[in-house]
Amino acid sequence: MKEIRIHARAGQGAITTAALLGFSYFNEGKYPYAFPNFGAARMGAPMNAFVRVDSDPVRLRSQIYEPDYVIIVDPTLMRGFNCFSGLKEDGVAIINGKEDMELPKLKAKQKVFVVPASEIAMKNIGRPLGNTALIGAFAAATGELKLDNLIAVAKNRFSGKAQEGNVRAVKEGFEFVKSKLKG
Amino acid sequence: MKEFVEGSHAIAEIIKAASPGVISAYPITPQTHIVEGLAQMVASGELKSQFVNVESEHSAASVVLGGSATGVRVYTATSSQGLFYMQEVVFNIAGMRLPVVMTCANRAISAPINIWNDQQDSISLRDSGWFQIYAEDNQEAVDFHLIAYRLAEDKRVMLPVMVCMDGFILTHGMETVDIPEQDKVNEFLPNYKPLYKLDPAHPISMGLLADPDYYMEARFAIQETMNESIGYLSEISREFNGVFGRDYKDLLVEEYHTKDAEKVIVAMGSVCGTIKEVVDEQRAKGKKAGCLRIISYRPFPYARVYEALKDVPRVAVLDKAVSLGAYAPVAVEIKAAFYGKKKGPKVISSFVAGLGGRDITLESIDEVFRRLTAKEVNSDFIDLKPELLKEEYGE
Repeated sequence: MKEIRIHARAGQGAITTAALLGFSYFNEGKYPYAFPNFGAARMGAPMNAFVRVDSDPVRLRSQIYEPDYVIIVDPTLMRGFNCFSGLKEDGVAIINGKEDMELPKLKAKQKVFVVPASEIAMKNIGRPLGNTALIGAFAAATGELKLDNLIAVAKNRFSGKAQEGNVRAVKEGFEFVKSKLKG
Repeated sequence: MKEFVEGSHAIAEIIKAASPGVISAYPITPQTHIVEGLAQMVASGELKSQFVNVESEHSAASVVLGGSATGVRVYTATSSQGLFYMQEVVFNIAGMRLPVVMTCANRAISAPINIWNDQQDSISLRDSGWFQIYAEDNQEAVDFHLIAYRLAEDKRVMLPVMVCMDGFILTHGMETVDIPEQDKVNEFLPNYKPLYKLDPAHPISMGLLADPDYYMEARFAIQETMNESIGYLSEISREFNGVFGRDYKDLLVEEYHTKDAEKVIVAMGSVCGTIKEVVDEQRAKGKKAGCLRIISYRPFPYARVYEALKDVPRVAVLDKAVSLGAYAPVAVEIKAAFYGKKKGPKVISSFVAGLGGRDITLESIDEVFRRLTAKEVNSDFIDLKPELLKEEYGE
């Protein structure tokens, strides 16, 4: 079983991110359970979305406290919350942010990838919605999902101009992390 | 076909397949996505149905009451305060023997206002004359709606059915669901043919005044039907299993490692998935744990509960609702099932968890097993925060 916790603000597309990851796992024959947890019911309020995935149907219905992976859509949340709380010893975090941003001290085997997802989104979609760049980065950082599958899911989810832009964003997010891993 | 789908969307899909002639609902979290989906299907012509927009849940329930009285299949969905606003109509629907099917996306009750999940809403309407069946996952939530229509419209039954699914956890949860195909739905669920209906060509009166000479028999008849329906529910469930290849057995309870168990937790709905995880962990350590899931809360399957738990020494009942000033609602039934019987658990302890969306974790369930000792406890709250219980007042 793998567990992913997404940190975002309501309206930033965390549920879409969880759904896209869920669709991708589903396409690869796994049983994902993607679900949100809302705080206050208003735009901009901190919220979480989760994906729990296994080779059998998922029965566990609690929120995720010890994630294998953390995706931080909005890095300003790191000021008020410990977004890395419970992250597994060998966990991976993907942060939407600038390269020079300050990072908390992590454990030896934990990995962090800072991805300029908002910039990638502005360039390709024209809006600062970094979700598709982040799932591309997630796939490259974790090896959990195949790039072709993510592209197929993004194509299915979006149409017209948004489709082209989001597919490019998935690829760029993926390539960004790949180049970091090589470098 | 297997799909990765949001619970609410899956419900909209299966209601479309059941093809009700009248749908009416008023938006309320966490039920809203279901009827939004249906409204879109009607607007796009995908579903030929009359979708009646109303100004309140009281009217939504009234519209489906009227629709059902004219002899067509109907559907509505609601949650929490919405269900309470429907309440007098909900009792009328049962009293008039109308086969309405409703989804209750379970949510806490105000005050304090809270949009998150527990089961206080539907449980508070347990005496209304509606069937109440509780889904553990979205596959069941989907399938139970088809069973609900068959049961409600059965000539031996003619009573409404409430399918209860945990708000957010299931309604907003996306998972793999096998959406039944239309031809199989048609095979299992034929068109509704009413016994009688409102028709200007053949006028009748429905929902009349019943004075003391008549009222009691009307109530007695519903009670009789409910008792008999334990068997009908099982019969229809077995037929459903045959058509769709599922394994819901009698649809009254689900026994998970109860046979040789020394400690069993009884619960309803999605939390049973979490309990089963803990049962597996306990079993791996050699501890004889089990879970008994109540699927049908009304009618309540006393005989099945007795059979399942009669040799279990310690039973914990986990309620996601309270009956303030009394024992918790499911605990009452479990205790009643054993009153005056020779066999039965030495201890039936009652626990309350998950109110207003307080997360029920693996540790919460571990804690229930830990507190299930030789000393019986009642309405013991799990995961309480003592620091919030201090009272402070100004001068």
